[in-house]
Amino acid sequence: MNFLVDLLAATLRNATPLVYGTVGETYAERSGVLNLGIEGTMYVGAFAGFATAFATGSPLLGLLAAVVVGIGAGTVMALMTVTFGANQHVSGIGLTIGLIGLSEFANRLIFAGGELQRIEPMPIVNPFRGVGEIGSIFDQYALTWVAFLLVVPAAWWVLQRSSFGLEIRAVGENPEAADAAGVNVARTRYVALMIGGALMALGGAFITLALLGSFTLDIIAGRGWVCVALVIFGRWRIGRGVIGALLFSLVFSLQFRLRILPGFGELPFELLLALPYLVVIGALALSGRNVAYPGAYLKPYRRG
Amino acid sequence: MRVSPWSTPVLVVAAVLITFAITAGPIIVAGANPIEAYGAFVVVPLTSQFTLLEILVTATPILLTGAAVAIAFRAGYWNIGAEGQLLLGAVMAAGIGPLVGGLPPILALPIMIAGGALGGAAWALVPALLRVRFGIDEVVTTLLLNPVALLLVNGLLHGPWRDPVTGFPESPRIAVSAEFPSLIDRSRLHLGFLLALVVIGVAWYVLSRTPAGLRLRAAGLSPHGARFAGIDVSRTLLGAALVSGAIAGIAGVSEVAGIQNRLTGGLSPGHGYTGIVVATLGTLSMPGVAMAAIFLGDLTVGASSAARSLGIPSQLGAVVQGVLLLTTIALLAVRRHRYRRPGAGDAGSVTGDVAAEGQRG
Repeated sequence: MNFLVDLLAATLRNATPLVYGTVGETYAERSGVLNLGIEGTMYVGAFAGFATAFATGSPLLGLLAAVVVGIGAGTVMALMTVTFGANQHVSGIGLTIGLIGLSEFANRLIFAGGELQRIEPMPIVNPFRGVGEIGSIFDQYALTWVAFLLVVPAAWWVLQRSSFGLEIRAVGENPEAADAAGVNVARTRYVALMIGGALMALGGAFITLALLGSFTLDIIAGRGWVCVALVIFGRWRIGRGVIGALLFSLVFSLQFRLRILPGFGELPFELLLALPYLVVIGALALSGRNVAYPGAYLKPYRRG
Repeated sequence: MRVSPWSTPVLVVAAVLITFAITAGPIIVAGANPIEAYGAFVVVPLTSQFTLLEILVTATPILLTGAAVAIAFRAGYWNIGAEGQLLLGAVMAAGIGPLVGGLPPILALPIMIAGGALGGAAWALVPALLRVRFGIDEVVTTLLLNPVALLLVNGLLHGPWRDPVTGFPESPRIAVSAEFPSLIDRSRLHLGFLLALVVIGVAWYVLSRTPAGLRLRAAGLSPHGARFAGIDVSRTLLGAALVSGAIAGIAGVSEVAGIQNRLTGGLSPGHGYTGIVVATLGTLSMPGVAMAAIFLGDLTVGASSAARSLGIPSQLGAVVQGVLLLTTIALLAVRRHRYRRPGAGDAGSVTGDVAAEGQRG
């Protein structure tokens, strides 16, 4: 029982950065831009959030800094792919290389490679405290509550129900038609990439400001690529993407706990961790030509 | 002869200069003089024999991954998976290397290199098949196999290959006959560099002088046109993807057999991704790839010595790489929009952007 409660709590906790990242990537891709800058954007969000919180003593200012650099990263991606019409995947890889380099450069400059600096992790909030043992599943950081109760429903509502969301989907599906209908394609993609960038960076900042309370190299460790896989796994739907994030996090948290139990230490857990990638590739193979990519995926838009 | 401001060499030099202008920001923040810093990055490594050789050592893996990426991109196949293919080559080398101790190097080395090439090609096979059979976009599938390859490496190093005595996550040392010999006495420059030059030379010849190369370039420039001309585009793509994976796999062999003599977790600091920078900066031509790889090798060696002499963190090298990639493709894209009618051709592809030079007027 204790094991299960602990496992479920860890699942929600570890899913949080993936939820921010997956929702952010969904916004980018639904507007027609595959943003492979996600790994670097999460990285720079993690660093900027930590460095700001460390310098000012305020985790909230850290979150704000992450949002600002995330919007900046989204703007660069938009400049490359919308304004210059450059190749999307190469732009994203360039952004990731540059942002990881920039974060590590600044980390070296500010913290001089000295001993690991720590901040007080953000507080844990639990309205169900005292509901017995099960209640401690909900011992979660505020950012986790915000992710599941605020960001996910709001992001879903904006994308599926608001007129702005309709514009995002329209420019991602058929930019020519959207343009003819009076939608400003370039501006819509810029805004979608900025929102996406801010969310990705928040996901990164969650790791430093809440989960760890410190910044270490390789802190994102491929979580951005996991989000790219989850968006496809969820077929560009926010709800299904979040379910994917929870499933991945459950497997991740489970192997982490099994690893330390006697007798389990020798199992090839790497195989479990490779599952989400293999499942996505397998799902793509099974659905074959029927994968419902956004119509304008990977295509820059120019007025003819 | 008047040189067009949009010709490829001018454009690449402009990309480098714009990159230096942008990265002057972080250098000033670090408290150094940008002019002095670029002197340290680019010029200082060229001034001693030791650093000159280090440039070639550093350039070796990215010559290979750069060639691998360039071949795939030229065919219009977006192989973002060179990193994983390199790791598979390294895994094969680390697996075969300890077993060939009884053989002379003349047999041991080719077996290991072929094994690595096969490993890289095998890792490239599934995304390539998905692309040519079902039309599934290879960007995401090749990319997602990179973390899987890293997990495979970690699984082997923390499982069956873990050093039984020390417990370090390192594979067993490869046999002496499987080690790449050094090309110059008492230097780290090894056979891998020569191998990379041969690969680049052969790739240049095949791409520019043979029917297979023509088919590959035609498929990249215009799949429909190529199909109309009777070229089997699917087969061409599949071939380009597998050759690309094999060359990236050889890069992994070269790092194992030439530098580390075993597989460790830190084998590749992203050589596969740097290959994308090299291929793009070299505008997907083999001479360009060679120059770009040596230039980036120069920058990397310079960045690590500038860290000591000027106090600029060596991570600036990665910043320069990222910015360089972005400015190069931005300039290439801008050139395409200057010279091409909107909507013509394969908009948004680096192949199309590079080729746009030949279509202006």
